[in-house]
Amino acid sequence: MHELSITQSMLDLVLEQAQNAGAKDIGKINLVIGEMTGVVDRSVRFYFDFLSQGTAAEGATLSFKVVPTTARCRKCAKEFELGEFDWTCPHCKGNNIEIVGGKELFVESIEVE
Amino acid sequence: MEIKVIKDIMGANEQIARENRQLFDSNKVFVVNVMASPGAGKTSLILETIRRLKGKVKVGVVEGDISSSLDAEAIGKEGVPVVQINTGGECHLDANMTASALGNLPLGDIELLFIENVGNLVCPAEFNLGEDLRVLVSSTPEGDDKPFKYPLMFHEADAVLVNKIDLLPYLKFDVDAFSKTIKGINQKVKVFPLSCTTGEGVDRWVDWLLGRVRG
Repeated sequence: MHELSITQSMLDLVLEQAQNAGAKDIGKINLVIGEMTGVVDRSVRFYFDFLSQGTAAEGATLSFKVVPTTARCRKCAKEFELGEFDWTCPHCKGNNIEIVGGKELFVESIEVE
Repeated sequence: MEIKVIKDIMGANEQIARENRQLFDSNKVFVVNVMASPGAGKTSLILETIRRLKGKVKVGVVEGDISSSLDAEAIGKEGVPVVQINTGGECHLDANMTASALGNLPLGDIELLFIENVGNLVCPAEFNLGEDLRVLVSSTPEGDDKPFKYPLMFHEADAVLVNKIDLLPYLKFDVDAFSKTIKGINQKVKVFPLSCTTGEGVDRWVDWLLGRVRG
């Protein structure tokens, strides 16, 4: 459900960027979404189609680069993807870990005309 | 033509959260964002905490709910200033909604402000409100697997209050394993097992909170 406000923020951001660049039409929006944020791409698309009507972003293609939740073991320093029901390091079995990826939520670039 | 952007989508919310924080700081208000799933005991926790802080700290409350003012009425009976935000469908509070409620609170007369977020373990974690502390109430009937299902919320919390420990004899909930799981990804977190019904463990949490407010 947070996708509605997140999509609106994303749309405001790309429209501002396009305007600054003097672009009239946004063809593609490249997004980076961390798995941990729980942002669902299908919901973003759904809200985007509705919210972008009548703006320079109407009809734009959304591209999602999904970043898996990644952790770094604080004992052996190895990085690994966080398991669904196991948060121990697969290398040394330590359970003191630091999240290093998966919280991303940003616009990487836009393609405009 | 491709334009590199690399901008946080939550930037607008972060900006308003910073403004909220400035307003809190200038009024010397310590702010606690209380998050949990529906029914975990957020309002009960706030009520029990307020009762123990009477005469020690001046408290205020912002109540966030999709609809109704039931919680605000319960808090109001304790004689503390309270303002209700009805999000009208939104599943979380954001910095802007919080800002709009602050005008209705006597901030100069509040030292500790609780913001009770909408019951939800996903969306509120994304939205900074300008708070000092993020507190997560996680109750024993929800199960001890919740950190695996909602990692961001448990990762972002400064304190996790394990509520309803009076029900432990009837449940398969391993408090030690639960604490260990959370502390594995969040080394700064404090875990307080407690029961708002019996009062067990509540004083420990309140003492810690008081230390943070005065610190």
